[in-house]
Amino acid sequence: MCDQTFLAATFGPCDNCSKASPLMNIYLKNEPINYCSFCVEMMACQGLQKGETLTSLKKESETLKKKLEEERGKLTDVELHQVAEKVEAVAALSIKTRRVLKGHGNKVLCMDWCKDKRRLVSSSQDGKVIVWDGFTLNKEHGVTLPCTWVMACAYAPSGCAVACGGLDNKCSVVPLSLDRTENLAAKKKSVAMHTNYVSGCSFTNSDMQLLTSSGDGTCALWDVESGQLLQSFHGHTADVLSLDLAPSETGNTFVSGGCDMKANVWDMRSGQNIQSFESHESDINCVKYYPSGDAFASASDDATCRFYDLRADREVAVYQKDSIIFGASSVDFSLSGRLLFAGYNDYTINVWDVLKGNRVSVLFGHENRISRLRVSPDGTALCSASWDNTLRIWA
Amino acid sequence: MAEGSKDQGGTGTSEPEEDSPNMIVYRKMEDIVTRIQDEKAGGVAIRTVKSFLSKIPSVVSGTDIVQWLMKNLAIEDPAEAIHLGSLIAAHGYIFPINDHVLTLKDDGTLYRFQSPYFWPSNCWEPENTDYAIYLCKRTMQNKARLELADYEAENLARLQRAFARKWEFIFMQAEAQVKIDRKKDKAERKILDSQERAFWDVHRPVPGCVNTTEMDIRKCRREKNPHRVKKSVYGVPDDGQSQPSPVHISSQPARKPTKEDVQKEITFLNTQLDRHCMKVSKVADSLMTYTEQFMEYDPFASVVEPSNPWVSDDTTFWDVETSRDPSQQRVKKWGFSLEEALRDPAGQDQFLKFLESEFSSENLRFWLAVQDLKRRPFHEVPPRAQEIWQEFLAEGAPSSINLDSHSYERTSQNLKDPGRYSFEDAQDHIFQLMKSDSYARFLRSNIYQDLLLARKKQPADTEQGRRTSLEKFTRSVVSHLELGLFISQKPHWLHHYQWLFFAVITILHSFVAF
Repeated sequence: MCDQTFLAATFGPCDNCSKASPLMNIYLKNEPINYCSFCVEMMACQGLQKGETLTSLKKESETLKKKLEEERGKLTDVELHQVAEKVEAVAALSIKTRRVLKGHGNKVLCMDWCKDKRRLVSSSQDGKVIVWDGFTLNKEHGVTLPCTWVMACAYAPSGCAVACGGLDNKCSVVPLSLDRTENLAAKKKSVAMHTNYVSGCSFTNSDMQLLTSSGDGTCALWDVESGQLLQSFHGHTADVLSLDLAPSETGNTFVSGGCDMKANVWDMRSGQNIQSFESHESDINCVKYYPSGDAFASASDDATCRFYDLRADREVAVYQKDSIIFGASSVDFSLSGRLLFAGYNDYTINVWDVLKGNRVSVLFGHENRISRLRVSPDGTALCSASWDNTLRIWA
Repeated sequence: MAEGSKDQGGTGTSEPEEDSPNMIVYRKMEDIVTRIQDEKAGGVAIRTVKSFLSKIPSVVSGTDIVQWLMKNLAIEDPAEAIHLGSLIAAHGYIFPINDHVLTLKDDGTLYRFQSPYFWPSNCWEPENTDYAIYLCKRTMQNKARLELADYEAENLARLQRAFARKWEFIFMQAEAQVKIDRKKDKAERKILDSQERAFWDVHRPVPGCVNTTEMDIRKCRREKNPHRVKKSVYGVPDDGQSQPSPVHISSQPARKPTKEDVQKEITFLNTQLDRHCMKVSKVADSLMTYTEQFMEYDPFASVVEPSNPWVSDDTTFWDVETSRDPSQQRVKKWGFSLEEALRDPAGQDQFLKFLESEFSSENLRFWLAVQDLKRRPFHEVPPRAQEIWQEFLAEGAPSSINLDSHSYERTSQNLKDPGRYSFEDAQDHIFQLMKSDSYARFLRSNIYQDLLLARKKQPADTEQGRRTSLEKFTRSVVSHLELGLFISQKPHWLHHYQWLFFAVITILHSFVAF
């Protein structure tokens, strides 16, 4: 008997299997649901289980979320900035541009410092990746990738290679040769393969493993030598825009932030999502751990930066101002964690007092959006990459 | 609190397009310009200014805008207000009436507000045909204020070449536009012409100026007009030859959560509810303590000795850091935690040296071996893991470490299928052991104290070569007492016996020196 002939009042994604198809509008325990005919069949055959409909599950989830919020709220006996009132204010900063790195022909999208505290790698929209000695302004290596929008780049801990990736959905590792005439692009090795753009990459403590985040909503850990996928991390419901490894020598966690407004902390060993934070009102563009590894900061398109503590499992500070209306694209801490540098789409860098919550300084100089900023490994300088085709080093 | 964002973010029922990052900023800017124009609610006075033979309708001075921004957005520095105002101008919400370059100046320069029709939030992506029509129309009107600037003339020439075949059509459209414009009232035309020009200044900016319509490619998918159905500024029908944007990648349709998704979420939430969390007050104290401890090492918060290389162009600071002799300040850091000590290669060396002197270096060597294991390429892991087992854990291992039976069992199970994390339990256990036992002794040891107090080593000499360990012992006791004298809170009874200690030590000391 053909039961495909029913009057389909609506067409769309089925509540159960999400496939788009003609929907039957039926009622289950007085709740309206829209299932495609296949799912109705399945359900009828399996019999209805109490409390198992999508709607009731969603209700359960909401109740749990509220309960969790309440529980966490009980532990918020005081605000961070209140406790920080007894701390001395930061001395007035006199940070100036000390170097301007010119050489990219288009927007600089990403940069990373080398462990030697003076070299850095940067990548741009025109596919070029340049390794600089920031101190002398010397361009030491240059690679041209076949794709545009190289959004992610990272320096290997040994200083002997760089990783880069972007719109090509891949992340490649390029060994740096001492021979200046050698064509580095020929030695480029594809390591990571995603199904959408690569938004961020980072080596773990060694040159042998690479962690990537992607527009396909996942993060992944790769073995550089074989290109093998060691672990993948699923949980974000939209593009992942940034990741940062926990600074601990013994730690095995990292944090990621994305367009689903969530920041998730992951266990690298099991691939599990350990903690999740959702308080931003728009995309999270960047996440960065506090130097002790017990907390992290995030930058978002909602024009705020927020500070989350892992032990309290909640947001403990918000850095915002009425006059800051453009999204924050990148954040990093100074060495002690007292200062938070944040780059914005209004071409400025705001320096926040992490503990007290007020803005200490604002740095002007760039002529277009800041895409990324990083404090050098020994904390002596800050480098910012911008859509104005330059990088600036501040100290 | 940014007022604009509260409206956008709070409503759960707003369309997804409204929450796209670009929209959020546009709405905030629109909120600002709407408030500035609302004279009754504290906005600026928009008036007609008389100039020479004509009147300039509907203008505001730059200073007025800057003042308003400072007052209403709590901005203390005029430079900041000028910067924000310039950005609002660069996006096309306000514009100088006599300049193509969209910035705000804190002086008598006159500005006008853009018509909502031309606001960027309407997702204009005007085609070159429209731009060609516009430039063409300008050349038809005999007004000094509408003369083409150099870059515009160049653009027009380029477009004439590009659209050579359609030029007749473009010319006709331009003529039609001129006719429509002529019908409007004079003052109204001045305003509209200027607004139209400002629109094109945003979408075809002066060379060298920032094009604020450029988008972050990662966010393009969620734009209001994902299928790029273009609307023409001048009502020109889309002839289907418009290029599909390379920038708008076909987006994955937003997945509605399935039952499995929600079930996973419920499991996750239940785990979170079981988590033991710390109070914010405790956490705050911990953060403050950490920051306080490291402030002296932070070049942005303290003075760098001798100088910050980036500021002075002198690399002495870096040379000192890489030298074999760590500075006292650096050695002090090793005392903060075992992690800090191990993070510094010099600290690691000294700790190892100390453990060797105590014949318990196998713990640290095991820990280091496991760290190294985790950094190896995938195929090297299993054999290396076996080697580590043989060296440290197997029966009769040469560098046998002390593990509790539980960790031992777990580890030997893991070794059946060796991986990078096979030794995690063991490593944790050993780390805690070192932390609670050896590390504390290390900090009290001569090896560490000598470096911390920068005690110079004595030159070798036959007489002094006869120094015995008693001598070294007395030296260390004396130095501890010296330290003790400066500790503010010593127990009050110690005071009585200190002289006795000193007397004994002095006697011993002089005895040995012979």
